[in-house]
Amino acid sequence: MRGTTADLDTAVRELARPVSYPVGTSPDRPDGPPKTKGEFAYSSDLWAQDMLWGRALRSPHPYARIRSLDIAAALAQPGVHAVLTHEDVPGRKTYGLLIPDQPVLAHDVVRFQGEPVALVAADHPETARRALDLIKVDYEPLEPVTDPEVSIAGTAPPLHPEGNIVAQLHIRHGDVAAASERADVTVTGTYELGMQDQAFLGPESGLALPSQDGGVELFIATQWLHADREQMAASLGLSPEKVRLTSAGIGGAFGGREDLSIQIHACLLALHTGRPIKMSYGREESFFGHVHRHPGRLEYEHGATRDGILTHVKARVVLDGGAYASTSREVIVVAATTAAGPYAVDHAEIDAYSTYTNNPPCGAMRGFGAVQSCFGYESQMDKLAAALDMDPVELRRRNVLPTGGKTPTGQVVDVPVPVRELLDQLEAMPLPPAENPDEERMRPGGVANTTHGEGVRRGVGYAVGFKNIGFSSGADDYSTARVRLSVSRGELTAEVHTAGLEVGQGLVVVQAQIARTELGVDHVLVLPADTQIGNAGSSSASRQSWLTGGAVQTTCAAVAAEVLERTAQRLGVNTDRCRLDAGQIVTAAGDFVASMVDIVADEPIELIREYHARKTTPLDANGQGDPHWAFAFAAHRAVVDVDVELGLVRVIELAVAQDVGKALNPKALEGQIEGGSAQGLGLALMEEIQVEDGCVRNPSFTDYLVPTILDVPPMRLAILELPTPHGPYGLNGAGEPPTISSTPAVVAAVRAATGMPLPRVPVRPTDIVEASLLT
Amino acid sequence: MRLECTVNDEARSLDGVWEGESLLYVLRERLGLPGSKNACEQGECGSCSVYVDGILACSCLVSAGQVHGARVITVEGLAEGDELHPIQRAFVEAGAVQCGFCTPGFVMVTHDLLAREASPTEPEIREALAGNLCRCTGYQKIVDAVQLAAKMLEEE
Amino acid sequence: MEFLQPSDWQDALAAKAAFPDAVPVRGGTDVMVEMNFDRGRPAALLDLSHVKELGEWGRDDTDDTCVRIGAGVTYTRVLRELGTTVPGLAQAARTVGSPQIRNRGTIGGNLGAASPAGDCHPVLLAADAVYEVESAARGVRRIGADEFYLGPKRNSLDADELIRAIVVRATDTGQQFAKIGTRNAMVIAACSFAVAINREVRSVRTGIGSAGPTPLRAPEAETYLTDMMTQGELWEGGRLPDADVLKRFGDLVAGAARPIDDVRATAAYRRHSLRVMARRTATWALRQSC
Repeated sequence: MRGTTADLDTAVRELARPVSYPVGTSPDRPDGPPKTKGEFAYSSDLWAQDMLWGRALRSPHPYARIRSLDIAAALAQPGVHAVLTHEDVPGRKTYGLLIPDQPVLAHDVVRFQGEPVALVAADHPETARRALDLIKVDYEPLEPVTDPEVSIAGTAPPLHPEGNIVAQLHIRHGDVAAASERADVTVTGTYELGMQDQAFLGPESGLALPSQDGGVELFIATQWLHADREQMAASLGLSPEKVRLTSAGIGGAFGGREDLSIQIHACLLALHTGRPIKMSYGREESFFGHVHRHPGRLEYEHGATRDGILTHVKARVVLDGGAYASTSREVIVVAATTAAGPYAVDHAEIDAYSTYTNNPPCGAMRGFGAVQSCFGYESQMDKLAAALDMDPVELRRRNVLPTGGKTPTGQVVDVPVPVRELLDQLEAMPLPPAENPDEERMRPGGVANTTHGEGVRRGVGYAVGFKNIGFSSGADDYSTARVRLSVSRGELTAEVHTAGLEVGQGLVVVQAQIARTELGVDHVLVLPADTQIGNAGSSSASRQSWLTGGAVQTTCAAVAAEVLERTAQRLGVNTDRCRLDAGQIVTAAGDFVASMVDIVADEPIELIREYHARKTTPLDANGQGDPHWAFAFAAHRAVVDVDVELGLVRVIELAVAQDVGKALNPKALEGQIEGGSAQGLGLALMEEIQVEDGCVRNPSFTDYLVPTILDVPPMRLAILELPTPHGPYGLNGAGEPPTISSTPAVVAAVRAATGMPLPRVPVRPTDIVEASLLT
Repeated sequence: MRLECTVNDEARSLDGVWEGESLLYVLRERLGLPGSKNACEQGECGSCSVYVDGILACSCLVSAGQVHGARVITVEGLAEGDELHPIQRAFVEAGAVQCGFCTPGFVMVTHDLLAREASPTEPEIREALAGNLCRCTGYQKIVDAVQLAAKMLEEE
Repeated sequence: MEFLQPSDWQDALAAKAAFPDAVPVRGGTDVMVEMNFDRGRPAALLDLSHVKELGEWGRDDTDDTCVRIGAGVTYTRVLRELGTTVPGLAQAARTVGSPQIRNRGTIGGNLGAASPAGDCHPVLLAADAVYEVESAARGVRRIGADEFYLGPKRNSLDADELIRAIVVRATDTGQQFAKIGTRNAMVIAACSFAVAINREVRSVRTGIGSAGPTPLRAPEAETYLTDMMTQGELWEGGRLPDADVLKRFGDLVAGAARPIDDVRATAAYRRHSLRVMARRTATWALRQSC
């Protein structure tokens, strides 16, 4: 048998191929070739000599007391090497990204269906599965808390010592009572979003290896190595230095890998058995093994003068965080602080809650609270436009938040707010031909032959969205880079080392482009991300190009300064106005001063630098403060055909306009925009984890529907590059905005086609078909 | 049980295969060929697509014993040496690879499509690729990659 | 677990007689999902991959107006080879799973699994198909599609029997199949419907999928439309029944369903969608068969 750890080496070598393009170009990704050949080592591909398979036993109940736990029969099974329970957790018994409230293994109580209760290590996955059957758990089922309103009301028994509210915010801005008197038109609405899943394709997996010093090494697909290490070390009872993590290939993330999955479990088993442990979830277990997007309920009141100027916004936002806190405390901050949209709103009252229930835990997913609020405020803007008998795009234009204007938290927005430009771009794009496509594959229902044109109506809808970039509320948001400039086999080489994780977005190629730009070096090696270097923060919140990109730029600039200083010393020349270009030190006019090889050959230059985002503050009791350090904007136009009799939808085209500040790698950026838009389309029309009495009804790709290539239409893109004043190269965060406005645009188009109110996503066929026909 | 088959033109024989294993498990865990991906293991994502006796199949749904005596081609068997197959090259150049977990499956299904139909229309491409899920790209660049691959193969 | 691998049909029957608990597998598209998701461990798998006879189809020996299609013929082959012989079945085959699933999944597997959501059943009910099953002890018997389905995932096969083939009248017209799912490809039917209209023998037959414990027919609807065609002298010539007749046909189809609420749709929506699909597909089938 061949070991696939060897393949990891191959992948590392491939990743280290030189990239000879600066920022602003679209070189091929270095990980592209091994990925197309099946040679890229993902976390589920790893293998080690004498490795055992780890598996978790999970609770079938959403809420139950554990009366007893008997592992004897499982342990006696041939091929079983360990069976562990909460008693075997040597350190802190709980973990959590912000609040350590989640048991590593349940003790006394389980709070959601799928909560891990025990672990098995065995010689074959089937041996492990059969051993799990032999663990006897005596549960006393309890009445689950499933309604977040009950959690807010405080009428159910507390699931956690602090009660059933994770966080609440009450933003008070201006004088809503007085402003509402000035409103000529007021519209109210209640909007709901179902629970969306990240549905990354590579399942949670990794390989844990016990090390000689009593520590453990973990190869893992994650979004944030250092946060993982901190939580792991605490629960494993090890010092952080003894917990070493290296990124294995990551098969997508979208927020779903920000919390721990197999990390502590695999390491517990490895430390206990002294053998390598592989854990790899199947798709069903994956649905129980990571947090999801918060389902939400948003109540709104919008007022406007007759000429369409917003007078005030009132909002009440409830996001259900499920059994454990995860990132609920921060998701609700984003939802609340974006709740009025990218509009000038001088008077706002926003009350927001995230709750504990016995539903599946929810946390980070691309858009992180801004997806929920955007569906609410953009639905309201359309409703308001209808009430004013005004073009919905024009209504938006009239209310754009100006640069220098204040959000409802009182924060001054000091970056471009190109909402008008984005809408102009969208409206300028041609519409697809008006007639319904005479191609069966392009009709609602596709080849399932449900219509030959009968009942099909066209609709067009617009939406704008925005979100903060990076971590909020006073967090010190930063990343770290190490850059080493040396001469290797006669060739000038820059090594870039960060803990910033390549989850698919293209960070690996962007880092190399930045190093090449700053150092004028062709040969750049981006080393694998691990915990040997300082914190990079998470690959989430649209933050890596900015922060890890900024760290690489800053470090490279420091290395470049060192090169110039050394040149000045050695050659006795003034290099104050010199720069590095194509392996040479040249004057401002481009005249040759020295060869970088000569300056660096005898003594490599290696520096580590951090790059920090601007400072932010937490919100005060009135929800006032400067919680965000940057904002990004996007807008969508959706064109749909709807079979109004059957309630089936076919999206004909999506158009996206987004301001990215500066496109470091245009091709990768287009991929982010297209992929993000597709996820928003999925939430609009089909994606929902259906939960009933705390139990998941559809934990499989058969019934959790991810859009196929026949569901996602061709897209038109307009990418604006309005430089962000404080972003490296003027760039802005770009990963999340396309996911945010896609959902309300698609729903607006379906509303336009059907005339139905559609206050809930995903829109189901039953929501489109007239209620009187469904009796 | 004992299993003998040809994988990427190499005769392989294995002992001790559990009767409940899938071809996917055998490829990934017993033969060191993890290019076929384990994304859903229920035939809903296409990431584990391989040829079994020339027919494209989800290897997660092929029982290991069923390939006894069969000829299996996996994504690892498409390229000749270090050179990428034109389809693989097209996926890289078109920007159709992000996290890449779906990529081996898309490469295989594109290979199967272009073998049957050298210059497919866009609806044909979409119908042929509808059994493969991608969560990163929104599929635009995958359609581009298939069209580019068709052109590359035609020029060869 | 045993893995049985007969090399021909007689071997397969003998193996099934010896191991009546063995689960037959050919395409694996149902059986292997159960295995991978740990929903059961059969005592044995009976691999029918090497039984060549199952992959053949041709004119039926006893009735040359019919075709006899081996249980191991895949959906891809139905779609490519039988589009003008059993057009409704080809339409249904095109909607099954993904191309990869269609390459391996077989008609026999669909019948064996007997899921109410199986895509072949409505068409085979509407087309008045007969299923040929066989055991080593009692030889061949033919079961009408009407008698085959007993309950959710239960059929009328005996433990020692295997499905050999289906026999169905060959026609290039008058059949339509439609299926509802909330995605434009790769869905399990939330609801499906098939109609087969035969102007020669003046019959209308139907099949309903995913809207009852078994695939169903809508006998009242069939009788009603047949009578209306006769009364209106519509069997010959190109005229369609009045819109209200087709609407009533849809209502009767909806009335014949016995749907439930589940993760894929509500009972009310299933009934409604049947009403619409029945009206539309009957219209297309009548237009097409003029």
